[in-house]
Amino acid sequence: MKNLATTRSVITVRSVIKQFGRFAALRGVTAEFDAGRFHAILGENGAGKTTLLRALAGLAQPTRGEILIFGKSPREACRDIGYMAHPSLLYDEMSGMENLRYFAGLYGIGCSGLNLNKDLPCEEVIRAVGLDPELTRPVGQYSQGMRQRMSLARAILHDPQVLLLDEPFSNVDVHSARAMVELLKGMRDAGKTVFVITHQAQSLEGVADEFVWMQAGQIVDRTASLARVASPASGDLQ
Amino acid sequence: MTISRTEAAKPPANSLWAVTLATLVKDIRLEWRSKDALNSMLFFSLLVVVIFSFSFDPLAEESRHIVGGLIWVAFLFAAVVALNQTWARELRNQVLDAYRVSPAPANALFLAKALGNFIFVSVLEALMTPLFVIFYNLRVLGPAWQLIPVALLGTWALVVNGTFFAAMSVRTRSRELMLPLLLFPISIPAVLGMVAATTSILTGEDSAHFYIVLLLTYDVVFTTACLALFNMILHAE
Repeated sequence: MKNLATTRSVITVRSVIKQFGRFAALRGVTAEFDAGRFHAILGENGAGKTTLLRALAGLAQPTRGEILIFGKSPREACRDIGYMAHPSLLYDEMSGMENLRYFAGLYGIGCSGLNLNKDLPCEEVIRAVGLDPELTRPVGQYSQGMRQRMSLARAILHDPQVLLLDEPFSNVDVHSARAMVELLKGMRDAGKTVFVITHQAQSLEGVADEFVWMQAGQIVDRTASLARVASPASGDLQ
Repeated sequence: MTISRTEAAKPPANSLWAVTLATLVKDIRLEWRSKDALNSMLFFSLLVVVIFSFSFDPLAEESRHIVGGLIWVAFLFAAVVALNQTWARELRNQVLDAYRVSPAPANALFLAKALGNFIFVSVLEALMTPLFVIFYNLRVLGPAWQLIPVALLGTWALVVNGTFFAAMSVRTRSRELMLPLLLFPISIPAVLGMVAATTSILTGEDSAHFYIVLLLTYDVVFTTACLALFNMILHAE
């Protein structure tokens, strides 16, 4: 069986419009994203970054246009998508391991259900994000940074080919953010396609393969270097 | 961490029953830790029993005619408390989105929620029924065993629609008002069946057979309809 990562273009976005009532959050976004690349999505608040990511994850249905991931709709390709939102998407009353065990069960992974001897995949991802699998505290008592890392662990638990991460480094200390960037870099090097929305673009300089700048619901610039991204305020965007 | 699994190595999607069981266990664990729904239901029902018994102070004969209505109205209102909690915990931290992006079947989530509510309301009924018997000096004159199918079918009728409409109203601004507005009108046939069946069994005057069949039919029809429509409700924006 062919590894999915060998496919060139993994995501196709065609003329996608997303309206909320009379407000258009996405205004005709068209783009192709290649496999095994690290895309940093930048833009001011309200530019449509989160809406684009939710549409790619299959959580927001485009009003018009089409999104294909590996040639399938996002919902059909859900096994290949890992999604991390701004909220943690975790149950505050359960420990990190209990949360991951439950979500593993949704993907049919070994550490699911009630069998406590099959925790290996969960332990592996918890260690990969720099947390202790033995931690029994409920997630509600974690610091914001720990919660972000556990949220990332949940997103990568099922070994997705495409990672969609909405501000994974917000409220995370510099050391932890660097560790998360290294983890994502390793995943990119292993052939995964990574999308990261961030307001801390500098932390991805030299790591991201492409900086995608969004403004007013459209992709207005795509460059390989952060330095080449024009400020939208300067008015020199192409 | 390097992850090199290929498409071929991906595990198959988990089955309906495996996800249902995992979600049910998770919900019971969360309820056991917080006791939000159970405590609210118990206190509400207890108040209803005590206030009604002081208000009416009926004779044993009168009790047999009115208690079927009282008991089911108390359980119906108490169930609404639990039903409102069902989806509220899925909205905190937007955990429902984690389920929506997974390949797990939508109906597994619905079944787990409905079964969880069924267990919580059944526990409430088991605890409150002896109190009703004591406070209203009840003695069953008909076939008492028939109360079991009436309780099981009646409880399922309340929770299956309640779970569905709670999911529908969860994203509305005044969801605690919306749920009874949606649930009560559609529950009228079931509530009438439950009350009539319970009264028939307590008084021993009529057969409850017709009402048990009515409840069974109601349950089959609405469970099927809820399962058919829930995927649309889960993925609605």
